[in-house]
Amino acid sequence: MRTLFYSVISALVLAASGPALAKDKLTVYTYESFTADWGPGPLVEKEFEAECGCEVEFVSVADGVALLNRVKLEGASTKADIVLGLDTNLTADAKASNLFAPHGAVGAVDVPGGWKDDVFVPFDYGYFAVVYDTEKLKTPPKSLKELVEGRAGDKIVIQDPRTSTPGLGLLLWVKSVYGDKAPEAWAKLKQKVLTVTPGWSEAYGLFTKGEAPMVLSYTTSPAYHMVAENTQRYQAASFEEGEYLQIEVAGITTTGAKNPLAAKFLTFMTGPKFQDAIPETNWMFPAGRTDKPLNPAFDKLVKPTKTLMFSPEEVAANRKAWVDEWLAVMSK
Amino acid sequence: MRTSYPADPRVTAGIVALAAIGVLIGGAFTGLILEGIHDLSGAWAAFDPYLLRVVRFTLWQAALSMLLSVVPALFVARALSRHPRFFGRAFILQLFAVPLALPAIVAALGILALYGRAGYFAGLFSAAGGEGWPGIYGLSGILVAHVFFNLPLSVRLFVEALRTIPDDQWRLASQLGIGAGPAFRLIEWPTLRAALPGIAGLVFMLCITSFTIVLILGGGPAATTLEVGIYQALRFDFDPARAVMLTLLQIALTFTVVLALTRLGANIVGDTNLPVAQRRHLSVTSIETWLNAVLILLALLFVVGPMAATVTAGLGADLGRLSGETAVRQATLTSVGLAFLSAVLSVMLSVALTMARRALAVNRRAGPRTMLEYATDTGAGFVLVVPPIVVGAGWFLLLRHAGDAFAIAPIMVVTVNAVMAMPFALRAVRPAYDAASERHERLCAQLGISGWNRFILVDWPSLRRPLATAFAFAMALSLGDLGVIALFGSDSVRTLPYLILARMGSYRTQDAAGLALLLGFVCLALVLMADRLGKGRSHDA
Repeated sequence: MRTLFYSVISALVLAASGPALAKDKLTVYTYESFTADWGPGPLVEKEFEAECGCEVEFVSVADGVALLNRVKLEGASTKADIVLGLDTNLTADAKASNLFAPHGAVGAVDVPGGWKDDVFVPFDYGYFAVVYDTEKLKTPPKSLKELVEGRAGDKIVIQDPRTSTPGLGLLLWVKSVYGDKAPEAWAKLKQKVLTVTPGWSEAYGLFTKGEAPMVLSYTTSPAYHMVAENTQRYQAASFEEGEYLQIEVAGITTTGAKNPLAAKFLTFMTGPKFQDAIPETNWMFPAGRTDKPLNPAFDKLVKPTKTLMFSPEEVAANRKAWVDEWLAVMSK
Repeated sequence: MRTSYPADPRVTAGIVALAAIGVLIGGAFTGLILEGIHDLSGAWAAFDPYLLRVVRFTLWQAALSMLLSVVPALFVARALSRHPRFFGRAFILQLFAVPLALPAIVAALGILALYGRAGYFAGLFSAAGGEGWPGIYGLSGILVAHVFFNLPLSVRLFVEALRTIPDDQWRLASQLGIGAGPAFRLIEWPTLRAALPGIAGLVFMLCITSFTIVLILGGGPAATTLEVGIYQALRFDFDPARAVMLTLLQIALTFTVVLALTRLGANIVGDTNLPVAQRRHLSVTSIETWLNAVLILLALLFVVGPMAATVTAGLGADLGRLSGETAVRQATLTSVGLAFLSAVLSVMLSVALTMARRALAVNRRAGPRTMLEYATDTGAGFVLVVPPIVVGAGWFLLLRHAGDAFAIAPIMVVTVNAVMAMPFALRAVRPAYDAASERHERLCAQLGISGWNRFILVDWPSLRRPLATAFAFAMALSLGDLGVIALFGSDSVRTLPYLILARMGSYRTQDAAGLALLLGFVCLALVLMADRLGKGRSHDA
């Protein structure tokens, strides 16, 4: 109760005393797992505050989609200087809102396939992958085709593309491999789908409870189990067709364009002090220069033979039609 | 008799409560409509062939869930009420409030721990069926989960209704040597029947708006509810017009069903005498005792099973470390605080509505029900089919230009939860209030007792226990809720269910299981406390 009371009061005080604050302040909107105790947020905040002599305030919402919605809702009056945590499936939509400003000069970034965008800057990336339980599944599928056409008894839990980012990822993955034949592929894959959950958490929960031997997740998921739980039990399957890429980005808002700290933060973001924190807190690959070598567990992860990805514009233009196509097959 | 009650404060209280609810819901719709009016294409596009299938499935699963929850609950409640000294009876009823507080994913995992592909019973089922047990994914899974939530709820509400049977009736029945069958038909059924439409409607509304359970256990998008569409419209596509359209459709569908349900009911013919008998004079044959015991045990096993699985999973977590974490402690405090405030508000709303309805019903005597009376009764219950995410989104939209709309998140959580829990509280309070009013109305009129004096002197003693039940339910419901903040999140309302999802969302399933256990215990403790407060000096043990 007290915390609640204080947070209400402090929010009111903050709203009233905004310009009177002594220190320069940077407001970063991001998603929750970024600011969690175990996430990169606390480390990043400390490092950047030391560097800039300013105050960083994180405001967190559920996930990337909620993040964009919130900024769109607040419009030009948003308090966010930086929005951190959108993925490339959302950037076309974000740009169309006209709420983001070009980023100017930032440090070098390194993501598969290279990066060219004058508004958004990547901070990490990962690949979607089918993660399997080695105790339940001795011979994991070696390709998407094998997954689609394999034994119906080997179930997989996937997420709903209407409500979940990985769910949309799998949809795009299948589309990029099968193209116009995607509906036929889904019709076959459907036999193996145990259930379609609203989000990643529910799917992964079912998977670790042993309900299904496979789940749609990330190639980096096994790294968490190896580093934090010291187990090799959960591994990602490597697919011949390649894995679908997800790049997470940050951008400066039109509000942030007036705050010199915002550009500084983006430069900081692509540097080692930020990037070193990423692998073992966000469980993704760093998109910029690091000082520390990656934990050896990351070397054991599946290295995609091919990187699959649609451009943000293609996704924005086709998402609805592709989701409807998926829905038509899956709801039969 | 007076011909009108121009100044009956009870009616005023009801109107105030209705107005508050109206502002909450109306404001939300205003916010969404103002935003959505620019682009109505999504609203019309919502009507596609898929929607028809969704509607069909939504209604079908809700109707089945309602039947499977309410019909057994009638008999379990009757069994419990016939054995006031059944071993552990009070504790069973307290346990029955806990499922409501469990976030859907926790309950789903608990249920799957028993009936899933890797569940405790999987070996047994596959031995019986030959092939590997496919789990309960599909309609069966949805039904099991909905019954898990709603059977205990219905039992508690029916037990509350059965408590209103005057002891004199039982004494008479016993003096006349009436057996269990006729006693059911003559005494218990009329009371149950009066409560039936309300409780069935409540369960139906809960099931029609089910979302996470349906997606997790449904096995795929063939099992989808309208609520999924609403959630998607707001959360992913941000299409307020479509969200409003689908919500209105959901309300219209529920309205039709609830209207049909009221035909099942009957108006109770109350007993206007003051109770003379002190205790029930029940003569229960030994065969019936055994049957009742088996029935209660079955229901108990069904409800306790998934809860036990949740406890077992939770014990595997590092509970010592978890309970020491500041985040966990703060979340617990925030949860309890928010739930407590919502429950207080919720109980106040439901008492106001109950009193107003009763006053209006007494006042009109034989004529048809007015709109106002309907609104204080079933009408107010329809808030349940307005998804919290819609209310939250609407208000944020409405207030975003008036300062920091997100700072009001705690207020939103409290008020929305209070209003969402109000229909439950209403069901718990109403039978007792109506029965008491039946006995006291004339006396109060003759003695000129009204307003606050009447509430404290006359109503309070008979309301105390049902109010505790209502309070416990409202609190349990608010404890587990996440809906309001689901859209934009808020750093100022980090509750326990929220932490559970956050931990699950970053591989920490053990932590999440531990927190679910903690949430269950917090809920149980609050229910125990509410029950203790409710007992007081009431003679009805």
